[in-house]
Amino acid sequence: MSSYSNTARLTEARRVAIFGGTHGNEMSGVTLVNLWMKNSDEIQRKGVEAKPFITNPKAVEKCTRYVDTDLNRAFTPENLSAPGGDELPYEVQRAQEINKVFGPKGSPEAYDVIFDLHNTTSNMGCTLILESSKDHFNLQMMNYIKKAIAPASCLVLLNEHPLLKYSTSRSVAKHPVGLEVGPQPQGVLRSNIFEAMRVILKHALDFIELFNEGMEFPSCSVEVFRVSERIDYPRDANGNIIAMVHPNLQDCDWEPLNPGDPMFQTFDGKTIHYQGSGTVYPTFINEAAYYEKQQAFVTTRRETLVASAIGKA
Amino acid sequence: MEVDEVMCLPRLPRVAVCGGTHGNELSGVYLVREMLKVEKKVVEEEEEPVLVMIVLSNPRATQQCHRYVDTDLNRCFTHATLNGPMSDTDPYEIVRSQELNTLLGPKGSRQAVDLVCDLHNTTANMGMCLITYSDCDWICLHIFRHLQKEIPDIPMRFIHFDVSNKESYSLDSVGKHGFAMEIGPQPHGVVRSNIYTAMKDGVQHMLDWVRLFNSGTMFKGGFVDVFTMVKHIDYPRDSVTHNITAAIHPHLQDRDFCLLHPEDPLFQTFSGETLRYKGKEPLYPFFINECAYYEKGIALSLARKRRVMVPSIRVETEQEQQANDHEYSSEEEN
Repeated sequence: MSSYSNTARLTEARRVAIFGGTHGNEMSGVTLVNLWMKNSDEIQRKGVEAKPFITNPKAVEKCTRYVDTDLNRAFTPENLSAPGGDELPYEVQRAQEINKVFGPKGSPEAYDVIFDLHNTTSNMGCTLILESSKDHFNLQMMNYIKKAIAPASCLVLLNEHPLLKYSTSRSVAKHPVGLEVGPQPQGVLRSNIFEAMRVILKHALDFIELFNEGMEFPSCSVEVFRVSERIDYPRDANGNIIAMVHPNLQDCDWEPLNPGDPMFQTFDGKTIHYQGSGTVYPTFINEAAYYEKQQAFVTTRRETLVASAIGKA
Repeated sequence: MEVDEVMCLPRLPRVAVCGGTHGNELSGVYLVREMLKVEKKVVEEEEEPVLVMIVLSNPRATQQCHRYVDTDLNRCFTHATLNGPMSDTDPYEIVRSQELNTLLGPKGSRQAVDLVCDLHNTTANMGMCLITYSDCDWICLHIFRHLQKEIPDIPMRFIHFDVSNKESYSLDSVGKHGFAMEIGPQPHGVVRSNIYTAMKDGVQHMLDWVRLFNSGTMFKGGFVDVFTMVKHIDYPRDSVTHNITAAIHPHLQDRDFCLLHPEDPLFQTFSGETLRYKGKEPLYPFFINECAYYEKGIALSLARKRRVMVPSIRVETEQEQQANDHEYSSEEEN
């Protein structure tokens, strides 16, 4: 029996946004948001204002990740307060506009929840991205989603790393939720990936509706994969890549990588092994957009977080 | 032609291997880069030497990791475009196509390289495909048979686009013989090691074949299943925005070269409805859900399959070659 004093009382999550096209060539989110802007029946829930929104329309039009700079890295305090108006890079201008409509970031007026829809060329399946291990509302939501889609899997990636975390579009909200579904090539719409993302959002909105109606969620454990390290491709003195993700590692997101396991294969066939000190769980393996960010994959460590019981205040 | 007859064909002294014709199709980009590194070494060949030209076709698009900068380079090799007037404001790829024509052609002339192998990737689940404009270019068909034999664990198909020499538009049409080597599935902007290795092996075996051919090896004929492109099908689109309103159906996705019958599922609309193939003839789909074709209005292409009888071939001897040259110049004089 949960006693009143152990349940975290949180305000209703009334204002919810669904962002698509933060990267203009990640097609599931672009397609879903366009669909819902035309007809929002599917995302209506009692007690919830769900607003679908295309965050980077110019990139969507050109079917490219970004025009000047990555929008999903652009929500830094410096950018959000930068003067310069029209002369700022397109995505910095967009970040300021989005911050005005859905934020301001960090203030009581900010949107309660933002779902940011992404695709990846990595074989990550359905992944929910969490930005804070202390966000009990999000932890409970993610637990609810995982249970709802079982036996299908949906893993939680926690990026709280002081150096590797970044200022996402969704970070404008009180409860930012990243949805990453792959594998899907950029610029391509695969119907299985599209439907998987749609189902996750359905359960996420169901959760918010139940919470707002007064349902209490008892304390629960949530397994997460915590971002540990970024591993780049081996490069030559000119910065050119000299090896590829090893065939044994390719497509093996979330599977244990042990010290000594094959990691990269040079273009003439030699194997480079993982030299870490312990077992890690790699993800974002061979994501197209990360070649320029010096990332072949990230390593994660498995952890169990405990979410407090929550209920409406 | 009798069963035992062997066709004699001219030597192939110059071969071009081209990568990065589309700057984000990375197997070819990286393979060409690696081959250029190794090229500096001097190699003693026992068989007939072949001059291998290694070309990065679209350097600017490669540097940006985009398919193209202004326009699709692999549509710029029609005679009309190659011989058109040049201007300062020409799109980058038009200028580049004329440079490549000078380097590897001129298209249609005796100076053109003997064989062009143009390296491509596709997001479609096509395995390895050789794509040509002819279903009776015995050089290309024998190279295909050789690759099938040497790389048996990769699905391999021969695709034919029935386009006249006058209308042919791609880089491989610049050489006396040519084909695109297309390997998928691979997302654009990504290098998958299995796909890279397949392409590297394909190119190596192709060059080995050319050396064997030039040194007099007789290649026995046989049958090749040729897929001839018949038509394309576009996505259903919104009449106002022109945005697509359906995705490739899950039953069709990744099923390149699996026969598509009338009434088989083609698309699934975003409201869950299945749209079916309304053609009368069963055909073979390929380029299913190729990223770059959304803007060209192609969701998938359809082909007819037929068996082509490929004759045995060997290289012309010097006497045979001189006799043919004499004949050729007599024809020119007349």
